[in-house]
Amino acid sequence: MSAVLPGPLTRAVKLKQHWVDRLAHLLIGLIALALIAFLAAPLLSILLQALQGHDGEFIWFDNFVEYAKTPALLGSLWNSLWVSCAVTLIVVPLAFTFAYALTRSCMPFKSLFRGITLIPLLAPSLLSAISLIYWFGNQGVLKDWMQGMGITQIYGAPGILLAECLAVFPHTLMILVTALSLSDARLFEAADAMGTTVWRKFFTITLPGAKYGLISAALVTFTLVMTDFGIPKVIGGNFNVLATDVFKLVIGQQDFAKGAVVAILLLAPAVLTFGVDHYVSRRQTAMLTARAVPYSPKPSPVYDRLMTLYCAAIAALVLAMLGMAVFASFASFWPYNLSPSWRHYELGLLDAEVGVAFFNSLKMAAGTALFGTLLVFVGAYLLEKTKGVELLHGLVRLLAVLPMAVPGLVLGLGYIFFFNAPANPLNGLYHSLTLLTVCTIVHFYTTGHLTAVTALKALDSEFEAVSASLKVPFYKTFWRVTLPVCAPALIDMARYFFINAMTTISAVVFLYSPETKVASIAILNLDEAGEMGAAAAMAVLIGLSSTVATLLFMVLAWWTSKRTQAWRGR
Amino acid sequence: MSSPPFLDLRHIRKEFGSFTALQDINLEIRKGEFVCFLGPSGCGKTTLLRIIAGLEIQTSGQLSQDGRDISLLPPALRDYGIVFQSYALFPNLNVTDNVAYGLVNRKTSRPAIKQRVTDLLKLVGLPGSEAKFPGQLSGGQQQRIALARALAAAPGLLLLDEPLSALDALERIRLRGEIRALQRKLGVTTIMVTHDQEEALSVADRIVVMNHGVIEQIGTPLDIYREPASPFVADFVGKVNILPARVIAGELLFGSMCLPCEGPDREARLYLRPEDVLARPIAAGDAHVFDASIDKIEFLGSYCHVHVGSPALGSHKLMVYLSLNFLSEQSLEVGSTLALKLLPERIKVF
Repeated sequence: MSAVLPGPLTRAVKLKQHWVDRLAHLLIGLIALALIAFLAAPLLSILLQALQGHDGEFIWFDNFVEYAKTPALLGSLWNSLWVSCAVTLIVVPLAFTFAYALTRSCMPFKSLFRGITLIPLLAPSLLSAISLIYWFGNQGVLKDWMQGMGITQIYGAPGILLAECLAVFPHTLMILVTALSLSDARLFEAADAMGTTVWRKFFTITLPGAKYGLISAALVTFTLVMTDFGIPKVIGGNFNVLATDVFKLVIGQQDFAKGAVVAILLLAPAVLTFGVDHYVSRRQTAMLTARAVPYSPKPSPVYDRLMTLYCAAIAALVLAMLGMAVFASFASFWPYNLSPSWRHYELGLLDAEVGVAFFNSLKMAAGTALFGTLLVFVGAYLLEKTKGVELLHGLVRLLAVLPMAVPGLVLGLGYIFFFNAPANPLNGLYHSLTLLTVCTIVHFYTTGHLTAVTALKALDSEFEAVSASLKVPFYKTFWRVTLPVCAPALIDMARYFFINAMTTISAVVFLYSPETKVASIAILNLDEAGEMGAAAAMAVLIGLSSTVATLLFMVLAWWTSKRTQAWRGR
Repeated sequence: MSSPPFLDLRHIRKEFGSFTALQDINLEIRKGEFVCFLGPSGCGKTTLLRIIAGLEIQTSGQLSQDGRDISLLPPALRDYGIVFQSYALFPNLNVTDNVAYGLVNRKTSRPAIKQRVTDLLKLVGLPGSEAKFPGQLSGGQQQRIALARALAAAPGLLLLDEPLSALDALERIRLRGEIRALQRKLGVTTIMVTHDQEEALSVADRIVVMNHGVIEQIGTPLDIYREPASPFVADFVGKVNILPARVIAGELLFGSMCLPCEGPDREARLYLRPEDVLARPIAAGDAHVFDASIDKIEFLGSYCHVHVGSPALGSHKLMVYLSLNFLSEQSLEVGSTLALKLLPERIKVF
C-alpha cells in the first residue's frame, strides 16, 4: 500500500449553468452595479476630492493640514464632539430607565407611553428645534424662566442639546427596549433561589445582559447627533458644528475640498459605530439560547408607581414638544394673536409653493417605498437563496450594510461630487427627483436589507433545493412561496422607507433644485425666511401624512395577512 | 454484474477549503435498490447525497445516472425526488398545492393533477388531507406529504436526507416501515442518509458505511453486522465487546484462553458481539466454556445487559445479553456465577 492517495484527476469541476441560474447571476450583477454607481462611487469621489487641490491635482493630506490650521473649523469639530457626548450621556440613562420600566415593571399604559415617545419619529427631527424656539426663543413662552435659570438664550448649544435629546430619544429607546426584552427568566429564578438582593440582581444579571444594547445605543445616539443637520441649522444660531460647516463650505463657499475633509471627519465616528455595533450584535445573539424563558415582571406597587410617574413625565415632555409645534402652527400671529387660523398652512402651501414640495415629497416617498422595497428584497433574496459567484455575493453583502455607516449628509455630498461632474454620463440625473429617490433608497438601504434577511432566514433553507428537484425555476418559488410568506416584512420595509423619505433632510439637502424641492427642505427654507409659523405648519403636515401613511400601511398589513398568512397560527 | 449500474459514482472527491469532506468515493447502485449511507455526523454522507442531487459540486470525479453523465448537470436537469429532515414543505400552500408543486410546471392537465394528488395521498396513507396546511399536520404526516411531493413526478431516483431524524421514536419506526414498503411497491431506486444504524439495518438492501470521508464498507445489512470489514464498522454498527489480545504462532491469546488464528505475530484487538457469548445450551465437554461472575445487571425489559468478569478473561469484563426469564429461572443476581460459551467462529480480530 502506498502512503499517498491514488489522487484522482484534480481539475476544477463546474456545473453547467441552467438559464435560470444565469438569470439570478444577471440580476445580482445589476444590483451590484447599482450599488457601485449610487453608493461606492459617490463615497470614493469624496475621498478623491479630499486629496485633491483646487485644480484637481493630487496633494495628499494638504487639505487636512489646512483644515487643522483653521481655528474656526477646529472649533466646530470640538463643538460637535462635546455636544454629541453630552447628549449621549443625558439620553442613554433616561432612555434606559424608560425601557426598563416598559420591559421590567408592571406599570399600566405601557403601550400608550411607548406610542407617545415614538411619535417624533414620524416628523422631521427639526420639529423639536422649532418647538423649542416657541417655548424658549426670543418670543418664547418660558424665556424669562429660562433666563432665570442662567441661560441667556436658547439659540446655540443649549437649544441643540435639548432638541437633539428629544429627537434621538425614540431611536435610543428602541434599541434599549430590544436589548432589555432579551432576558432569560431562569437566571432571575436561579438568583431568587439563592436569595439574591434586587440590586445585586440588577448589577449581575440585568446590566451584563443589556451591556451590548447599551454600547450600541450610546454609539448610535452619538452618531445621530454628530451627523444631524436640521436641528443645528434651525436652532444653532452662531454655534457651528461639523454638519452645518459642510453645508456652508460646499453650498456657500464652493470649497469642495474642505467640505470633503469635514465629510470624512463625519464619516469616521459613523464607521466606528458601525464596526463596533456589528461586532456587538454578533455577541448579543450568541448569548441568548432558543430555550430561554422570557422574563415576566411581578407587580410591586411602590416601584411600579415610581416608574409610571417617571414615564408620564417623559411622555409629558414629548407631548409638550409636539403640542407646541401643533399649537404654534395654528396660532394666527405668535405671540400677539393666538386665535387659531389656517393662515400658516395657506401661506406655506400656497404662497411659498410648499404645495409643490409636498407633492414632490409624497412622490419621492412613494417611489422610495415601492422601488426601495423591491430592490432591497430582491437583493436580499438573491444573496440568501441563490448560489452564484462568491465574489459578487461578497461585494453585494458588503455594499448592502455599508449605508448604515454613512451619514446622510456625507452621502448627499458624495452625490454632488459624483453626479455633478460633467464627464459623468449619469450627470443628467442631477437635481432630478429620480436621483433624490435613489439617494434616499441607498441612505436607508441597510435597515431594509436586515429586515429582509431576517425574514428570509426564517424560511427553510431547502425550499430552493426542493424546487430545483421538482424542476420549478427559482423565480416561481419566489413568487408562490417566498413573497407571500414574507409579505409582513415587505410591508414593514415599505413603511420604513416611506416615513424616512418623508422626514429626511440630510441626504437630499444637497441634491434638490427649485422644481424638485421636497417638503422637509421647504421647512428649512421657510425657517431661513423667518416664517416660523409656516415652518411649524409644514413640519406638522409631514408628521400628519406620515401618521396617515402608517395607518394605511397597517390596514395593508392586516389585509395581506388575511390573504397570505392564513396558514399561520392554526 | 450483468446489467450496468443505475447510479455510478467514480472517484468523487470534495474539499471545503483545506478540509477534505470526501476522498475518492467509488460506488455503484443497481436499479431498484434501497441503499443507506450510514455513518457518524461529519462523515460526509450528507455531502455525498447532495453531490448526487447536484446541490453541492464535487471537487473532482464523475457521476452517471441511467447511462447519462450527470457530473456537470444542475439539479433541475437531473432526475430525482428529494426529502429533507426539515420536510421543507411550503408553509403557505396546502397539501394539494405542495404535492402538485412540480406537476403544475409540467403542463399536466388540471383533472390529471387532481387525480395524481389523490393517488399519491392514498399511497402515503393520508387520503382526504388535500385542503390542510402543513402547520396543521404532525411531523410524521408532514414527512409523508414531503414524500408524496418527491414522488409526484415519478422520478427514477429517490433521495432521503435523514428523513426520520426529526420524528419521535415510535413514529420513526412506523414511517421507516412504510417507506420501505412503498419503495418495494414502486421499485424506485432509493438512497437514504442516516446516522441510526438500526434504521439502516432494518430497511436497506445494502449499506454504505462511511467515516471521515471514506467508505469503510459496502454490504448487505447482515454482511455489515456479521463480517465488519474494519474495527470502525464493528464498533459503529451494533454493540461489541473489545478485548486486547495477542497473536503468537498462529494462536490468539487473551486472558487465559487460546484460539486458533491466522496471520503474523502481533498485538491485536478482539471484537465479540454480546449475543455471541452463550449461556445455554452448553453441553458437557463443549469447548470454549468458562465460568464467569456477574458484576452488574442493566435491566432493559425482556432481556438484560449483564456485565461479567472471569479469571479466564484476566482483568477484562464482558457484556452479554441474557433474557429476563433465564436470569430468574437460574436465580442469578449480582455476584452469582454461571458458565458461558464463546462462539469462536464469530470472533473478529483486527
